[in-house]
Amino acid sequence: MKKHKRLEIWTFVTIGFFILFAIFLVYPMYGILKESVVTPEGKFSLEQFKKFFSNPYYSQTILNSFKVTIAVTALTLLLGIPFSYFYSFYRLKGAKILFIVSVLCCMSAPFIGAYAWIMLLGRSGVITVWIKEHLGISLGSIYGFVGIMFVQAFKLFPLVFIYMNGAFKNIDNTLLEASENMGCVGIKRFFKVIMQLSMPTILAAALMVFMRAFADFGTPLVIGEGYRTFPVEIYNQYLGENGTNHAFASAISVIAILVTAVVFFLQKWATNKYKFSMNALHPVEKKKPKGILGVLMYIYTYALVAIAFLPQVYIVYLSFRNCKGSVFQEGYSLMNYEAAAKKLLGRSIKNTLMFGVVALAIIILLSVLIAYLVVRRSSVANNIIDTVSMLPYIIPGSVVGIALVLAFSKKPLVLTGTITIMIIALVIRRMPYTIRSATATLMQIPMSIEEASISLGASKLKTFIKITVPMMTNGIVSGAILSWVAIVTELSSAIILYNNKSITLTMSTYVAISRGNYGLGAAFAAILTVLTTISLLVYLAVSKSEDIKL
Amino acid sequence: MSVEIIIKHACKKYGDNVIIPDLNLSIKKGEFFTLLGPSGCGKTTLLRMIAGFNSIEGGDFYFGNKRINDLDPSKRNIGMVFQNYAIFPHLTVRNNVEFGLKNRKLDKAEIKSRADKFLKLMQIDSLAERMPERLSGGQQQRVALARALCIEPDVLLMDEPLSNLDAKLRVEMRTVIRNIQRSVGITTVYVTHDQEEAMAISDRIAVMKAGVIQHIGTPKSIYQRPANLFVSTFIGRSNIIEGELVVENGNTYFKLKNGNKVQMNNVQKKHQKSQPIVASVRPEEFLLCDDMKQGHIKGTVKDSVFLGLNTHYFVKLETGEDVEIIQESTISSIIPAGAEIALRINSEKVNLFTKDGESNILEGVCNDNVA
Repeated sequence: MKKHKRLEIWTFVTIGFFILFAIFLVYPMYGILKESVVTPEGKFSLEQFKKFFSNPYYSQTILNSFKVTIAVTALTLLLGIPFSYFYSFYRLKGAKILFIVSVLCCMSAPFIGAYAWIMLLGRSGVITVWIKEHLGISLGSIYGFVGIMFVQAFKLFPLVFIYMNGAFKNIDNTLLEASENMGCVGIKRFFKVIMQLSMPTILAAALMVFMRAFADFGTPLVIGEGYRTFPVEIYNQYLGENGTNHAFASAISVIAILVTAVVFFLQKWATNKYKFSMNALHPVEKKKPKGILGVLMYIYTYALVAIAFLPQVYIVYLSFRNCKGSVFQEGYSLMNYEAAAKKLLGRSIKNTLMFGVVALAIIILLSVLIAYLVVRRSSVANNIIDTVSMLPYIIPGSVVGIALVLAFSKKPLVLTGTITIMIIALVIRRMPYTIRSATATLMQIPMSIEEASISLGASKLKTFIKITVPMMTNGIVSGAILSWVAIVTELSSAIILYNNKSITLTMSTYVAISRGNYGLGAAFAAILTVLTTISLLVYLAVSKSEDIKL
Repeated sequence: MSVEIIIKHACKKYGDNVIIPDLNLSIKKGEFFTLLGPSGCGKTTLLRMIAGFNSIEGGDFYFGNKRINDLDPSKRNIGMVFQNYAIFPHLTVRNNVEFGLKNRKLDKAEIKSRADKFLKLMQIDSLAERMPERLSGGQQQRVALARALCIEPDVLLMDEPLSNLDAKLRVEMRTVIRNIQRSVGITTVYVTHDQEEAMAISDRIAVMKAGVIQHIGTPKSIYQRPANLFVSTFIGRSNIIEGELVVENGNTYFKLKNGNKVQMNNVQKKHQKSQPIVASVRPEEFLLCDDMKQGHIKGTVKDSVFLGLNTHYFVKLETGEDVEIIQESTISSIIPAGAEIALRINSEKVNLFTKDGESNILEGVCNDNVA
């Protein structure tokens, strides 16, 4: 019999993605690889890698990054899991506030937190000085390993919190009752049943924290001092004061990607050991916290959130303090904001919002299409698209930045320094997350819904637009808020790509702080904080959901 | 406008895996036709080929005179009801029902009046503005049916539409479906694995097994004169008893393994010769004898289940076979386990098959399946 394959619109979408990914993902990554192993004379050489591994000055940076990231991951789990447990299993007063504030904590740009902590606990930080004057105790150094760990852990534990809330919500109460029936209660039940049931989520949260912390550029830059991590080293090699070396920066990038890839696959391997799905028919009923344990619970949760939120509050406070250069002075005024207004404040806000809206729109569009291709038009080609689209997940932001610059600073496509390249970077950085949630959502939608639409006379395209997309958006939008905030606070790729025209609020903050204009930086940071807060509140009001999905 | 459906030499393959080798079928205009069979027999596959959601690897499908093989599913003018109803969760009941009408570029007043008509017919007009998540299973089913019917399709296709409902609602809804189908008069193809549902609802039934139609006929003919052993065991309950066919003095007998003979007056001419056979005896076709000597076969009662109208007995025959028999419940006590009983076989109702079970050797088999 004749077997004609119908050429439909999706075939062209597939081809379109191949072209798009080839240009903006594969080609730049290939560029990085090429730069790292090909000498300017065009010969293959592992010189750069040899330099990296033979000189501890450089190889130490990956090791340092690895050490501090492992510490951060462990600490966030240690902080976040009990927090989520108390939040999910007990009826705490002010739970909603705890939730919103902790989400706000993880939404700030990391380096701003680091900067605020220096203002508080640094060598001449207010708390350090106060304690020294009044109690005569000198606090340890906040700089280096401890500082990076401290700042990142308090910024990232809410990720664990959000993830774990989802897992705890899916635990069926009857499972807990069953374990109680068999004599397993209290702390034993927590470790033997609840933790085991949540293992897939714990691993997912750990990976998320690891990726964020490992690739974080801002925190170690501000607070790391002598403790050198690889994202900073890449940046130094690329734009550094001691002469630049693109080839070497590329080599470090390749090594960093390999490390994250290994971690990524290790996590996948570990997760496979815990393959089960749960759906609670009888969600756990929240108990009222009682007695001394209840008091401790309240102290723990509120203290944790207060500490994590302190930097942002302090930054807002600082923004109203009089300031001259890097020295804050007595008295309050709007002088920092006035200075900011003269320093591209308008353009920064406009760019920030514009990049956010445009990048988010593109991300959602691409994610919906890719999810459809992968789930409904599964083929070798579309599976390749799916895999390639996940690549940015393991590529640190600064590497994305360098790759794009290397790829698009020469003809035929010159994009360096444009607004377009900023948006491309943001899309690449954030797309994998949205694709995951879009794919997961589409898998939940039974095929028969689309068939019903077609049988009722709607064309395939109309079915996609009128039925599939509206049904998918609920799932996508819940993840969009985090994408939005991540885009707005993006530093690591933006720092390599930005210029005067494409400056954002985050970049303005960074520039001000790095030049020692602390008051000005505080003003920019405060505006950024207000912007993310408003975004979150608007989202919560519109979606009416208490949940945030990642 | 309902049409006749003709399927000639249909073939369905997934790679090298043949699901339906060669299937012929013709469904009359306005008929309620059911595809019945165990899961994996290809009934849903065939339905989806008619709908256009499965590719057709061979053969021709006609709606009336129109060949539909290459017609886009959206142009076939079919109404389809899915197992999970496939109600659009983001649209209200009314918008769900109007969805198909809006694709047909009718004017607004027409859309509304048609939707109203079917909302009313399915008795869901009071739910019109609700979102689907606030509907019960039965209500969703009614929405799905109203949505499928209001586009006035040529053919209505239903894929196990009642399997997600509870037992009581299932019985109620099948009456609703039957009545609506009669009043609209639309050609309907219905897929189910529930033989009781099929019997209750259909004009004709096609019993399928492994992609091959075994028997097409009315519920009555399929139940009483099944074309082969598979149909006889799949439809209703059957006890399988082995024996022989013997011809003596011009009379034909079914000879049981214990040597007793049952005279058969309805064996087809061509089969009237001595041969090993299998008999399918339905539980109600065993008659309990008061006189132990009158019986064709003896047995021992193992257990009994009292179900009100009838009492079921599980009996071990003297020939070693386990059978189930049904007796109308009596006021006197139930036969106790361990009791010896004698049974007669109702020779008018029993069915005899060739040894391989492939064909019924009795007269009166009505099978529209022309291979």
